[in-house]
Amino acid sequence: MSTWRFAVNGEPVEVDVPGMRRLLDVLREDLALTGTKEGCGEGECGACTVLVDGAPVDSCLVPVCQVDGARIATVEGLAAPSPEGAVLDPLQQAFLEAGGAQCGICTPGMLMAARAYLDGGGGPDETAIRTAIAGNLCRCTGYTKIVDAIAIAAGGRG
Amino acid sequence: MTIRTSPSRTTTPVTPSPAAPDALVVRRGALLPGRVRPAAPLRREGPAKLTGEAKYADDLVFPGAWYGATIRSADAHARFDGFDLDPALDWSRIAVVTAADIPGENVVSLISDDQPVLVPVGGEIQHHAEPLVLLAAADRETLRSARHAVTIRTTPLEPVFDPLASEHVFAHYEIASGDLDAGFAEADFILEGEYRVGHQEQLYIENNAMIAVPREDGGVAVHGSLQCPYYIHKALKRSLRLTAEQARVVQAETGGGFGGKEEYPSIIALHAALLARRTGKPVRMIYDRHEDLAATTKRHPAIVTHRTGVKADGTLVAQDIDVVMDGGAYCTLTPVVLSRGAIHAGGPYRCPNVRIRARATRTNTPPNGAFRGFGAPQVEFAAEVQLGRLAETLGMSPLEIRRRNLYRIGDGTPTGQILRESVAAEDVLERAAEAAEFEGVRSRTAKARARRAGSGHVPGSPLRTSRDRSASGIGVALAWHGAGFTGSGEVKLASVASVELGGDGRVRILTGSTEMGQGTKTIFPQLVAAELGLAADEVDMAAQDTALVPDSGPTVASRTAMVVGGLLIQAARRLRATVEERNAGAAFADVRARDAATHGPTRIDQQFEPYPHVHFDDDTYRGDAYPAFGWAACVATVDVDLDSGEVTVRDVVAADDIGTVIHPVLAEGQVEGGTLQAIGYATIEEIKLRHGRYLNDRLATYIIPTALDAPRIHAILVEAPFSGAPHGAKGVGELPMDVGAPAVVAAIHDAVGAWIHELPASPERILAALGTTRPVDGAPASAEVAAAIAEPIEAGTDPRPGAATDPQPMRGPRDPGEPT
Repeated sequence: MSTWRFAVNGEPVEVDVPGMRRLLDVLREDLALTGTKEGCGEGECGACTVLVDGAPVDSCLVPVCQVDGARIATVEGLAAPSPEGAVLDPLQQAFLEAGGAQCGICTPGMLMAARAYLDGGGGPDETAIRTAIAGNLCRCTGYTKIVDAIAIAAGGRG
Repeated sequence: MTIRTSPSRTTTPVTPSPAAPDALVVRRGALLPGRVRPAAPLRREGPAKLTGEAKYADDLVFPGAWYGATIRSADAHARFDGFDLDPALDWSRIAVVTAADIPGENVVSLISDDQPVLVPVGGEIQHHAEPLVLLAAADRETLRSARHAVTIRTTPLEPVFDPLASEHVFAHYEIASGDLDAGFAEADFILEGEYRVGHQEQLYIENNAMIAVPREDGGVAVHGSLQCPYYIHKALKRSLRLTAEQARVVQAETGGGFGGKEEYPSIIALHAALLARRTGKPVRMIYDRHEDLAATTKRHPAIVTHRTGVKADGTLVAQDIDVVMDGGAYCTLTPVVLSRGAIHAGGPYRCPNVRIRARATRTNTPPNGAFRGFGAPQVEFAAEVQLGRLAETLGMSPLEIRRRNLYRIGDGTPTGQILRESVAAEDVLERAAEAAEFEGVRSRTAKARARRAGSGHVPGSPLRTSRDRSASGIGVALAWHGAGFTGSGEVKLASVASVELGGDGRVRILTGSTEMGQGTKTIFPQLVAAELGLAADEVDMAAQDTALVPDSGPTVASRTAMVVGGLLIQAARRLRATVEERNAGAAFADVRARDAATHGPTRIDQQFEPYPHVHFDDDTYRGDAYPAFGWAACVATVDVDLDSGEVTVRDVVAADDIGTVIHPVLAEGQVEGGTLQAIGYATIEEIKLRHGRYLNDRLATYIIPTALDAPRIHAILVEAPFSGAPHGAKGVGELPMDVGAPAVVAAIHDAVGAWIHELPASPERILAALGTTRPVDGAPASAEVAAAIAEPIEAGTDPRPGAATDPQPMRGPRDPGEPT
């Protein structure tokens, strides 16, 4: 056991767990942040995507020792708290309006991959968007409305 | 393990900001002109899914829960002689459950009673992933050690893997109409073909998961990822000897199903419940991807043979079709899958003389079961490729041969059903062809083929083209899909759905229909609110919990919007009439609070009643197989890499008639998602087996399309309402799955001149098919040229130069003296 210190959605955290414990398990089980999902456990589906220092990673493949000192962003940190309740991030709002989420299990990972794309200055170009989310599998939507939603969030509407 | 700091989390419920009016992407042509509808509501559970608040099974916390595991067979067919527990392990910390611990019947309740919950010692193992022993422990580490400390003893038995050779028949049907011999006698040409499709995995991104919690009354509550709460309820009652109250099934948020969570969750729930009963603790059975792929049901593989008689003008006069499906080791839903397959086998075409023979047999492979389309995608792939080959044979456009034969109002189907209304085969075909500019593109691809033809060999390659390293093609397919249960299924189900005006004046929907992404929780309140004069968000949905909601039938067969939605509309109308009558005709929306205060809660239970004029005879297989059909056309454009054989599906137009459209965004989402699953089926999704075991049982080896593999899919919604449903809806879930694969295969043919008879159209199969188009001794090669110049046909000959393109020979008119 060692102590690992990092930030999750802007809040500092310390956990005492084996260093090889998966970041996914630390988030879901130790920190009760179950928004991040497990789809395959081998880095194929992207459902567990979180941002480590702004970069999208499969949290099922990352041991917690590798994120010591890092900034982690999960789906729980996207919506902004407000007195009336949380307000959806423009990306979440675009997914809601365009129909980018169906069963919703890939959605947290998809949102984080898309957030990283937008934060990196990505625009409404379809091929660029598809490339950015190529590591995130969705079995419901056929991707068309996900791509639309990201393009809307990138300012590409109308 | 200690947690010192936890990030502060927003616990305030998230409410969506009001939808901008332009938020809903309704494409031009999606709605019939002149019809005004209120804006469709946003996905009800969308905010919870988008913020991570939604709780899927594995997100649920039950303090003190143990972890469960399944020890499975490693033999395809064997006698289960027993098992040994390694004495080096402390087994007092581990629960071990076998068939001997099942208090009720050792049967997974479904159609046939052939599948055990656990194979008993001394019993027969029928497939390699068969559950034998269950384990549970308080922590994962102990459980992992225990799994490795169990040794299974078996005596191998001879397995059967070939469905054609298997003598164990789960079901068989024969559908016949007209006079087959007379039909072939009047045919100008007869074409034969054999088509094969393999397993396909549903591949919901959330694996199967179930948590069983012991109840104080000796019963059990299960919480899980599932489509059909009452299937599980029935299975629990039967195998655990529980009353209806002692067995409780609660759906967690469900991360996709596609049929894969129709029947298999019953087994997992039984396993978890047996372990919970043994330990007295909640037990979590959360499959990982490997176990989910290795053990749970797949789409049935099928072998379909066609013999088709056609007139020179393209008119179909005889279809003789043989369908064999591989059921796997147990019956599951196979008879119903096969039934749908048999009824749809001819495709959406009028033909006076038809014989369809279908059978499903047992093999020693994991059982196959429900998957979106449910028997129809297999047979419609075969029917459409057969029709495409007929068109090529006759030198006719693939569009034209469909126009000449497609069902129109008044036509009769092979079961003798007269299509009285809601027939939109022509509409969807023309809309898709027009949007994709089918004929224009096709004439360009034909010119490109002609230009490439004869351009010489590529050294070291089986190909004879040298100018272009890639070929483009366009293909069309047409399909039909029976809406709702087959035959008298809906009558037997007698589903119930309810609408309640609560004592607090709130309206609540009570139904067992589940949300798994398709939009149940959004469209039900939308439909009920419209009847009651309320806004959609003024109508609540009760949880899918058998302690709360009635049995509305399973959430399968594209029946939820059509059948259960129809029941809710009828219930809402009765509720409105009841309330308005006792309030002097005042509008429901205005008086509901006062009415509730005066009269208390009012609940209307609406039970299914047969659709008028719809009759089916299960014994003779004659009559109205479905109350209505949905119709779909798909035009696909592909690029084929001539060096690697790899196919890129570039563009797809999908036109689907689903009756009245309730929610355009959700309906388009179904069309787009189903279309991509069909493209995966057509191009890359394949299960390889060795000795009855799936070889590629991981997500690294069973691949599905990514965003980069996926084409842009243009969905066109066509509305031919069904008068039997109060809202005119016919269902949308399965329809797009039927039509994508044959469109892609037709496009591959258009690109390279070779027909692919077996899915998926992998690079290996495409290169093999291209190999057969090699010119012999410098003869002008090719089917490509034939298609491009459309040579006239001489009766009685195969008109295609290089007929070896196609391994299925075509024959001329039958000699009158020849036996059939």
